[in-house]
Formats: sequence, C-alpha cells, structure tokens
Amino acid sequence: MNAPHRLAQGGLIDRARPLSFVFDGQAYAGCAGDTLASALMANGVKLVGRSFKYHRPRGILTAGSDEPNALVELRTGPRREPNTRVTTVELYDGLVAASQNRWPSLAFDIGAVNDWLSRFLVAGFYYKTFMCPAKFWEMLYEPLIRRAAGLGRAAGAGDPDHYEKAFAHCDVLVIGGGPAGLMAALAAGRAGARVILADEDFRLGGRLLAERYEIDGKPGTEWVAEIEAELASLPDVRIMPRTTVTSVFDHGQYGAVERVNDHLPVPPEHEPRQRGWKIVAKRAVLAAGALERSIAFGNNDRPGVMLAGAVRAYANRYAAAPGRRVAVFTNNDDGWRTAADAHAAGIEVAAVIDSRAEPPAQFAALGIEVLTGAQVSHVHGGQGVRGIDVVDARGRLTKIDCDVLAVSGGWNPAVHLTCHLGGKPVWSDNLAAFTPGATPPGMHVAGAANGALTLAECLHAGVAAGAMAAVECGFPIASFMMPSAEDEASGVTALWHVEESRAKAFVDFQNDVTVEDIALANREGFSSVEHLKRYTTLGMATDQGKAANVTGLAILADVSGRAIAEVGTTTYRPPYVPVSFGAMTGHHRSRDFRPVRLAPSHQWAEEQGAVFVEAGAWLRAQYYPRDGEKDWLETVNREVTATRASVGVCDVSTLGKIEIEGADAAIFLDRVYTNTFSSLPVGKSRYGLMLREDGFVMDDGTTSRLAPERFVMTTTTAQAGRVMQHLEFCHQVLWPELDVQMVSVSEQWAQFSIAGPRSRAVLRKLVDERYDLSDKAFPHLAAKEVAVGSVTARLFRLSFSGEMAYELAVPARYGDAAIRAIMAAGEEFSMIPYGTEALGTMRIEKGHVAGNEINGQLTARDLGLGRMMSSRKDYVGRVMAQRPALLEPDRPVLVGFRPADRKARLRAGAHFIPLGATVTAANDEGHMTSVAFSPMLGHWIGLGVLKRGPQRIGERVRAYDPVRNGDVEVEICSPVFFDPEGARLYG
Amino acid sequence: MKYSVFSLLREAFRGHAGWTPAWRKAEPKSEYDVVIVGGGGHGLATAYYLAKVHGITNVAVLEKGYIGSGNAGRNTTIIRSNYLLPGNEPFYEWSMKLWEGLEQDFNYNAMVSQRGVLNLYHSDQQRDAFARRGNAMRLHDVDAELLDRDAVRAMVPFLDYDNARFPIHGGLLQRRGGTARHDAVVWGYARGADLRGVDIIENCEVTGFDIAGGRVTGLDTTRGSIKAKKIGLAVAGNTSRVASLAGLRLPIESHVLQAFVSEGIKPAIDCVVTFGAGHFYISQSDKGGLVFGGDIDGYNSYAWRGNLPTVADVMEEGMAIWPGLGRIRMLRQWGGLMDMSMDGSPIIDRTPVAGLYLNCGWCYGGFKATPASGWCFAHLIARDEPYEVAAALRLDRYATGALIDERGAGAQPNLH
Ligand SMILES: Cc1cc2nc3c(=O)[nH]c(=O)nc-3n(C[C@H](O)[C@H](O)[C@H](O)COP(=O)(O)OP(=O)(O)OC[C@H]3O[C@@H](n4cnc5c(N)ncnc54)[C@H](O)[C@@H]3O)c2cc1C
Repeated sequence: MNAPHRLAQGGLIDRARPLSFVFDGQAYAGCAGDTLASALMANGVKLVGRSFKYHRPRGILTAGSDEPNALVELRTGPRREPNTRVTTVELYDGLVAASQNRWPSLAFDIGAVNDWLSRFLVAGFYYKTFMCPAKFWEMLYEPLIRRAAGLGRAAGAGDPDHYEKAFAHCDVLVIGGGPAGLMAALAAGRAGARVILADEDFRLGGRLLAERYEIDGKPGTEWVAEIEAELASLPDVRIMPRTTVTSVFDHGQYGAVERVNDHLPVPPEHEPRQRGWKIVAKRAVLAAGALERSIAFGNNDRPGVMLAGAVRAYANRYAAAPGRRVAVFTNNDDGWRTAADAHAAGIEVAAVIDSRAEPPAQFAALGIEVLTGAQVSHVHGGQGVRGIDVVDARGRLTKIDCDVLAVSGGWNPAVHLTCHLGGKPVWSDNLAAFTPGATPPGMHVAGAANGALTLAECLHAGVAAGAMAAVECGFPIASFMMPSAEDEASGVTALWHVEESRAKAFVDFQNDVTVEDIALANREGFSSVEHLKRYTTLGMATDQGKAANVTGLAILADVSGRAIAEVGTTTYRPPYVPVSFGAMTGHHRSRDFRPVRLAPSHQWAEEQGAVFVEAGAWLRAQYYPRDGEKDWLETVNREVTATRASVGVCDVSTLGKIEIEGADAAIFLDRVYTNTFSSLPVGKSRYGLMLREDGFVMDDGTTSRLAPERFVMTTTTAQAGRVMQHLEFCHQVLWPELDVQMVSVSEQWAQFSIAGPRSRAVLRKLVDERYDLSDKAFPHLAAKEVAVGSVTARLFRLSFSGEMAYELAVPARYGDAAIRAIMAAGEEFSMIPYGTEALGTMRIEKGHVAGNEINGQLTARDLGLGRMMSSRKDYVGRVMAQRPALLEPDRPVLVGFRPADRKARLRAGAHFIPLGATVTAANDEGHMTSVAFSPMLGHWIGLGVLKRGPQRIGERVRAYDPVRNGDVEVEICSPVFFDPEGARLYG
Repeated sequence: MKYSVFSLLREAFRGHAGWTPAWRKAEPKSEYDVVIVGGGGHGLATAYYLAKVHGITNVAVLEKGYIGSGNAGRNTTIIRSNYLLPGNEPFYEWSMKLWEGLEQDFNYNAMVSQRGVLNLYHSDQQRDAFARRGNAMRLHDVDAELLDRDAVRAMVPFLDYDNARFPIHGGLLQRRGGTARHDAVVWGYARGADLRGVDIIENCEVTGFDIAGGRVTGLDTTRGSIKAKKIGLAVAGNTSRVASLAGLRLPIESHVLQAFVSEGIKPAIDCVVTFGAGHFYISQSDKGGLVFGGDIDGYNSYAWRGNLPTVADVMEEGMAIWPGLGRIRMLRQWGGLMDMSMDGSPIIDRTPVAGLYLNCGWCYGGFKATPASGWCFAHLIARDEPYEVAAALRLDRYATGALIDERGAGAQPNLH
C-alpha cells in the first residue's frame, strides 16, 4: 500500500511510522502526523462526503475545524461518531471511517436526484407546500423529509468510554498556539504569570505548520520548537494541546474540551476519552487566527475545489498533494503563496487567476501563467475537478485543465469567542473582513484574530497582549527580543461571487445554500441577516457558518443594496466547535448521574435484603421481604401488623434536622410556624406547621426544646433543603435583629423510629437505667438527652404511626451500631424493621398528611389543619392565607375515603365526580392524594381533597381514573381510619 | 400569492422570480386603532386574529428588532395541552385545536407535528401525580395515556431502563402534542396579518407611553410617536421593562433559559421526551438536530445568555435518560428571556391604565400558547372582555389568591 499522492519529501509526518486505516471498506496507508484528511488526500481520495440537501459529491475543503464538507462516521459500533470532520481526526492505526448521508454508496447516491429537482427545492420551499391534507404531514411528508435529512447515524447504544470534568485557574489563558499565541504565552509566562496555552491542534504552531515562513532566519517549525521548549520549562505555564476553548461565560469562565485520547483507537484503561474543562482566567488572550473563505461561483463545491491555505497545509505540513495540476483563484496576495508553495513542492501549477487587475509583484518570478482581472465562473467535473472556465475582464472565456482549484476569497478573523458575551464584530473595509468589536471583560485579541496582516505584526501583537495581560494581573513587564519575520502585508479586494456563474454557486456548502437562495430570501423579505439565516439555513450547519456566514451576508448586502456593515452578522454562539455530551457530562451518568445519600442503617438494611426506593437524593428501605412472601403487599401488611402488634423500627434519619439556638430562638419559631413555640416547655416536642409567604403550606414536622434557648427542628425529607433555605432567608433578610443561629444537622444524626406497644420495653433495654421512661416521667411528646451505653443520644416520644413510639437519635457514626443494638434489644419482642411503605400505610391509617398532601397547592384549612393557625400572633404566610380565594368555602378539603365495595382497589390521582353526574371538568370535585391497603381494616383506604368534604361524610362519590381504567365508588369518611381516639399513643 | 404546490411549481419554471415579500416592510403611520407592542408569535397572532376574526385591520405591530427575534425564535418548539389545573387546561387545549388547523388557516407550513409528548415518571408518587394530571386532561376531553414501563420501552427503546440513577417507571403520553417550526409560526402569522392590512413595523422600539386621564392615547418609539386607541403589550421577557414605561410594576421577573441543538443526525427519536427526575426535554427537528433544554439558570437577568453550570446540568440530564447521546455533539446553545410569573401561569388581562392590555407571564411554555394567546388577546382588545378559556388568566389573581400554580412551587418565579 503506497500513497500515490504523498510527496517524496518534507512535511511534519513520520514516514517511519506507517499507519493503516479503512475508509468505506477500502484499506489505505498513512503516516504518524497525518490527519484522516491528509491521509485520504495522500491516497488520492477526493470524494469524501455528500451534502445535506442535494446530496452533491463533496471533497475536503479546509484543513481545520471549519470543515463543512468532509464529514464521516468515525469508528464503529457503540463508538460510532457521526459528522466527524476528517480534517480534525488524527490518524491512528486501525482507524475505520465511513461516508454518511448517502445510499447505496458514496459514488452512487440515489439522494442525488434532489440535485436534479433543485429548482423546486429552493430555500424555504417546504413552508409553501405539504399543507394538505393536514394529517399527511405526520404520516407521509415529515417521515420522508426526516429520512432524507440528518447527516450521520448516532451510535444508538450507550457510550462505552469515560469522560472527565476538570477545573483550572490561571492568570492568563492564551487561546491558540500560533505565532501570536506563542508570543503571548511567552510574554506572560516570562513575567511570572500562571499561563494556560490551549490549542485545538495536536501540535503547536498554528499557521506556521502550514506555511514556509521563517522567523529569525529559522524555519517556522524550528522556531516553534524552541518557543515550546522554553514555555515547557516555565513552572507556571501549562500547555494544553488538543484542547479547544469553546465558549466564554460571565466572570472569566471559559469552557474547553480536551480530546485526551481521540487519537487512539480506544482510550487506555482508566483514562478518559475527553475532558470537559472549566477554566477560570483573570485575563485571556484570544489568538485563534483567521479562517479563509471561499468565493461563490458555478460548481464551486466540486471535490478538488479547496481553500488555498488548505492546499498549502496539505502540501507543506502533510506532504500530501491535493492533485497533480493546481489552479489558483484568488482576490488577495495570500492566494499566491499557494501557487508558490505548490510549485516548490513539485506540483504543477496550471494558472493563477487573480480577480484584481494588479497582481503582487513578488510572485512574478515563478513563471506561472497568470490571468489578472479574471474570475473562475465554472468548474467542470462531477466527482472531481477536471477543469475550470475563466472569464476575464473583457468577458472572454478560457478553459483551463486542472484537478485542483485552490480558492482564496480572503481571511475572516476568528472573532467567534469575542461575541459570546454579546460583542458585535465590526466591519473593516480595509481588510474586507469583520474584526472584533467590544470584547468580553478581560479578553485581549492578538494576531490574525484581530485582523493583523503579517507574521511580524502577529508576533508583535502577541507579545503586547501577553505582556499587557500579565501586567493587568500584577506582574512586571519582562524584557523581550522581538523576533524578526516577514512583514509584507497581503492586499485584498473583496470578491464574493462571480456574476457569470451558470451552475449553482454555493455559499453554505453543507446546507446547500446558494447565491440564488440568498437572492430569493431577499426577494421574499427575509432581508435581515437573522431572517436570512433562518429562512435559508445559511450558517446553521455543523461548522456554524465558519465557512459561509461572512460571504453570505456580503452577498445579501449586495442583493439588497446595503453596505455590509449595515447588514451586520448573525450572533456567533457557543460552542466554537461542537461539544460531545460525554465531555459535558463527565462521570455524572448512569447510576452516578447524581450522588446517592444513604441512610445510616443502609448497610444493615442491605444485609436484611431490603428493597430500596429513591426518595429525592436518598435511597431508603422501602420494605423488607421475607422468604415465602409473594409480593410487596404481603410484606408491607406483615410489617404494619407486626409493628402495631408489638414493635417495629424504621430509619427516619432522612428527615431534615435543624438546630436552632439563641436568645430569640423561640420568637423566631413563633414567626416561622403557624402555631406557638415560645410556650413549649423545655423537654417537650410539638408538631408545627409552616406556611410559605404566599399562605400555602410549606412543610410540617416536630420541634423540640432541649434547653431554654435551644431547639431542634425536624422537617420532611423532601423539604429539608428548602426549609433550611427559608429559615436562613427569614433570619438574614426579614429579621436580622433576632439573636438566633441555625445549622442543618441532618447529616449529623442517625434517627430511628421505634413504634408499637412494646417500644418502651425495647428502649428500656437500650437507655441507661438512670432515665425513667415511664409514661409519667417520659410522656407522649417528651424530649430528652439520654445516654445509650457511652453515647449521648436524644430521645423523643413522637409518633407518626399512631402507636406509642419513640425516635432515638444518635450521632450518625453510631447509626449502624444503633440499628443492630435496637434489633438485638427487640428480638425478644419479635421486633421487625419496616420500610417507607409500611410507614406510609400507618400514617394514612392515622390520617396524617405527607408530601402528597403538602403539595404546595393546599392551605392549612384545606388539610384540616386550620386550627393550627394561631390568631394571637403574626407568622410567615398569615396575611396571604387570608386572600379571598384561599377562604372560599368550596375549596377541596382533606377527608378519608373507603371503597363502597370493600374489595375494590383505590388509586391516588383519581378525581372525584358526584354519583350520576357526567364526567366533565365542571363536575370535578377534587382528587385522591394517597392510598394504602390497610391490613388493620382489611381493605383499601385513601386520603383525598374534596369540595366541602368534611360536610359530606357518609356520602358516596366516584373516584374516576380513566388513565388507568379505574372508576370506583367510594364512601367519604373521616381521614382517621385507625384508633380515632388516639388511645394507642399512650401505651 | 397563495402558497401551494402549484404556485411552487409555477415559480420553479420562472426561476422563482415571482415571489413577493412574505410581509411588507411597513412604515409607521401616525395613528392606529390598535397597536400591538412586540413582534413575537403572540403579538403577530394577536394582530392576525384582530384582523381575521374581529375585522379590525387598522393595526400595527411594533417590533424593536426583526420579528421573531425574541423567544418566538429561540424556543424548543414543544406544543402540548397536558396541563393539570382548570385555569390552564381549556386555554392550552384551545391552542392545540388552533394548531391543528393553523397551516390551512394561514396558508403557511409551520410543520406542526403531532408526534407525541411523553413525560417520564420515576416513582410511584410521580406516577400518581401524572395520573391526576392525565385524568384532569381527560375530564377536559383531552387525550392522555398513562404508560407503564413496558409501554414506554416499546415506544422509546433506547432510553436507560437498566442502569439509571432514577429508574424510568413509565410515562404520561399526549399523542396530540408535538412540535412546530417556530420561525414559520412567526412568518405565517406575519404574512397572514399583513395580507389583511396590518402594518408590521420592524426596528421600531417602544420607548414610552402617552397616558392622559388614566387612559393611554399613544406611544413613543424610536421611529416617532404613534397615536393609538388601544395598545396591547406582548413583549414576553421584556414585560417588566416595557410595562414600567407605563408606570406599571408587575408580578413578573425576567430569567434566562438556555436551549441547545445538536449536530444533525439521522432520525433517532420520534417524539418529545421529558425527564421527570430533573428538568430536561428533547426532540429532533426535521432537519436532524436534537433540540433540547432544561431548567432556567435561576437568577434574574436581562442578558440573553446563560452560564456553564446549567449547560452541564442539562447535558447530564440528557445522558441520564439516553446514554447513547455520549458521542453526539452539541452544536449551538443560546438563551432567551423568560417572563416568569409568580405562579408559573400567564396573564391576559386589562391593566389599571384604560386602553392598555397585557399579555405576559409565559414562563418557558408560551410557544405552545401562541395561537390561543393571540386569539384570546385579540378578543379581549376587540371586545373588552376576556375570551372564555382565558378568563382565569387575570392580573389580580395574586391579590385574590385565585392562583394557577401547576407545580405548587409558590410565589417564587425561578422555581416554576
Ligand atoms: C430557550 C427557550 C425554550 C423554550 N421552549 C418552549 C417550548 O418548548 N414550548 C413552549 O411552549 N414554549 C417555550 N418557550 C417559551 C416561548 O418561547 C415564549 O413563552 C413565547 O415565545 C413568548 O411569546 P412571544 O412569542 O410573543 O415572545 P417573543 O418572541 O419574545 O416576543 C416579544 C417581542 O417583543 C419585542 N419587544 C420587547 N420590547 C420591545 C419594545 N420596547 N418595543 C418593541 N418591541 C419590543 C421583542 O423584541 C420580541 O420580539 C421557550 C423559550 C425559550 C427562551
């Protein structure tokens, strides 16, 4: 396998390290240092892709991340990456790539009929048709359009590779490692600043790698190596190759993606494929260079029509000849370099066509045929250039044979990152390009990105920007010997499209937007650049218009008779290059998507074979199945029955716990709760209800007074964070004068509910005997610090289940020991652990509200808790709770429900409809909030809110649940199903 | 010219020379019967229905940039009528009905695609909450299906069913929901309004109001003063600023919401899917890009840009339900300005200033409302009384407490 278009010598490739790869099933050879693009080129592969709409054959246009045409599916199986630009893929041994958006093959693509139909498929054609009949859109038109559209195919399966997120801080972030960026990094680095130099290429040097420039009399690449060596020797300079800075955010934050292992077939073990960086920089120097643009003329999209600078890059850097005979079409001096370099590389130069009357003098010596004041109007050849038509100033047509046409329409400074915070680029007539306008705070722009015209200018600007950035960070100016380099400016005379073109002249290659499309959009009134973009899709391809935008809007300016400056640009949006989901996600995927909070008894529960359930960030034991139990319900019934018969234990550590202290702690609590806490004696707990400022219920829980100025509050699991936030807000914003401090101690305490008639007996065995636990000494709602062995614990006599019950809190590190000790103590009473299901069942049996009822839409009165709203004091939410709509007598209010047919199952989410009424929204009277099977009653029970519910006890309504085919007649009853007198609380 | 396959064919053979502007570039006149401020979807739809339904054609729509430059041209294009509360559901269903006939009505293909909206649920509690919502929809005669895990799996097999942090238990599906092409909605309404005589005036920013004796008489713009008998505000994320020019302080905060699109890929997802254990929604445009978004950034802002943590958060949520996204690349991200209201629901109402009408509070759900919002706002402006399905969308509901708080999040705009 030898590469027919590989130049015999030169280039930055390693001929000693051959690599083999496969494109579209065909094996080829390349070298280390190649990109997939250069390797394909060295092998004479010209046809690489198909365009989006017309399926036109396309080749490689550029040598960088601005490539619109040559997109492939890289790799296979779950690692398949669609739309990968061959110009940015470093070649590795065994690389496999396939062309995309073609069928059955790249060379013969049925979709290319669209090209023949193109007179119908103009910009926006779909807005004018496919309207009748309406349902054909989903059935026929849309599926066809979708199938034809799209580019490559997604892998489908989960991505097997790892990704990382990483964070870095620096004084100066230098974006781009070309001559300006290298100088900026060096100037800042020598001054002592912490510098990060990021470049998207795998090799530093930027354009110096692609050109035959000399600096200080040395070849450019040699000079780069010296600078790189010095940078590497500076302790606070970090060089990040393969890293694209993609986006700029507020406050000096920069997003970047490092392609850590994309140059290998598979990332090495324990290494990520890519790393998503957040870099925080005091200053940045944008030295991202410039991107060459094409000119619109007939068939300017044929494989073999390339940007002139890219032709140089392939010849000089990769020793790959894009063709055997090159013609150059340019409107600027820079294009001439291509002729010179091709000539030097031994590639025949057919002609240079310069649209200007006066070509630059310095290239005259080459002895190449030159056509001045001439333009290329047409390209011959289908799947590869075979020749071109040139019209000269007098309208004469010349045909020139060639297999490559190198085009230069001038250079667009890479201003993209300057626009991410709203900066608008400004037009320069002199440069025929947009240059940076207002830059993001802290960003300097240097070199070609700022419109610098010569290498010497770039080097100087880099030094100036790097030194300035360092000075702004408080570092001294370092002394500098300015390198000497070419200082000959490249003149340019704008040329956007060639009037004489007969065939389609493309502006946005990938999206197939032509000069005609732009004219049509303008004719139809889509003459604002944004409308143009949206109507024609100009600039919306995977290159985000890097290759197309400026040309497109210049043509719009032309057809609409405006100046380019007046037309302006569309907004350059992040990211600069597309960013994978993986890089942004890092390790936050699958089970690690979010952290898991485990209760202190988790390990023990796992040993017991518990089934766990997600409760916000927590995993909680849902139930503890035993051998022989046929389903969850049987297990839960056992847990409830056993608890009510003897004793059970449940880990309730997930409840929010907030310690509140200070001289004004009681006043504070009076203000945040609807009921009074200042009257709570030391050693007692009280149930409290909290409203939001808008008068709806926010949360409930118990608060205990441990000392005159010291309380501990519990919140629901779900609202723990929000309540803490609320309390902080109340203190810091509403009542900063109160002497009160608070801290969340949810993580510090393991807390267990021990419930059932034998709960005291169990505790008696655990708590030091000097504490009297008798009902008299430690009654319902008592709270006290006690000793459990050598551990200071807190004991509360609280009940959610309706049984005599305690909550025992121990420092979290003793949680595991505690559950084991509790279970051991309870063994003689046949104690069982119960999970969240049994907890829920027991609270529903008792009519206690929980998250389903405290849903943010219900008031205290709605929940039957109106009597807890003190009328003797003020509290958060009191005023707003008096709004008329919140006092409406017709509001749904909490009641209980049981099925008329006791065998029927109830479901939460059913709506209540009066018996005999039609099922319409007008007859919707409320909904079921929670249901459970009550093993104590032997049938399903439910809580729900119903209009005037408490006045309708005994009445029947329908619980209507069409989405689950449910329609159950239910009887309205008290929400307290079990032990309504509450006798069991007292043991 | 009527758009149809025939006009397209005819023009194809004449080099498309005969097409005329979709709407005129109108110059402001000195006086109008009605001026609508804001050339987004809502403003243009209002003008369209004023002309079409109420015969009021001496109307101008004033837009400070180009039409559709606001949220109308920045959203993730999801349309649905799967609301819980009676104050919302009939309104959004009316919108859905209008979507269903929109393209034929205004003769523009807005690519209304009823491909289905699937809300995933991840717990029993969430299932019941979705059942409650689905049942409410059914009571309003709106389609809703509660799917179990197997049914969801059959529909979207590529989601993560086996290894997810928050396992997928099922979903609430509205088959009639889907997407529409946002720009085409703007252009279609603009063209339809223009054809009926409405002046669409771009690059015309409203800078003040003339108010005499508690009644609005006209407004000041960057293109001169304009008299108007009635003025309707439909400026979405700019509501608080524009209303303050008329001396109004509204229960609205502006927040940033970001949206994202991936590189184009072959058809990969056929419906809209939302993640229930976070806030993430995704669909695929006809062009092939995955269109997705998540939560607002969380702070008040008038800057049309978001920040990195939210970008990461949104993309993590995407990966959480769809692990195959790993190697798909996000192509473009942008931000819009959300007019977040205190209860997460919109306002279409009169204001304390006579002749000045208000349309705002769309939060991140106003695209789907575009047709009904225009319809109801036009009705309110023309008749001075609310259209029935929008009767609950009152400005005074924060005072009366007749809130429409779908999420029960309370009076904290960034939580809706
Ligand atoms: C990222 C994002 C995603 C979204 N996703 C969805 C979705 O999937 N589904 C959904 O239903 N909704 C979605 N929305 C919400 C939806 O886009 C908006 O609610 C809706 O577009 C708002 O109505 P509008 O179209 O009239 O607003 P806009 O298009 O914002 O119109 C307001 C117009 O008023 C103009 N204006 C402002 N001030 C002045 C002035 N002083 N003078 C003149 N003109 C002025 C503005 O320039 C703007 O054009 C999303 C929004 C965003 C930003």
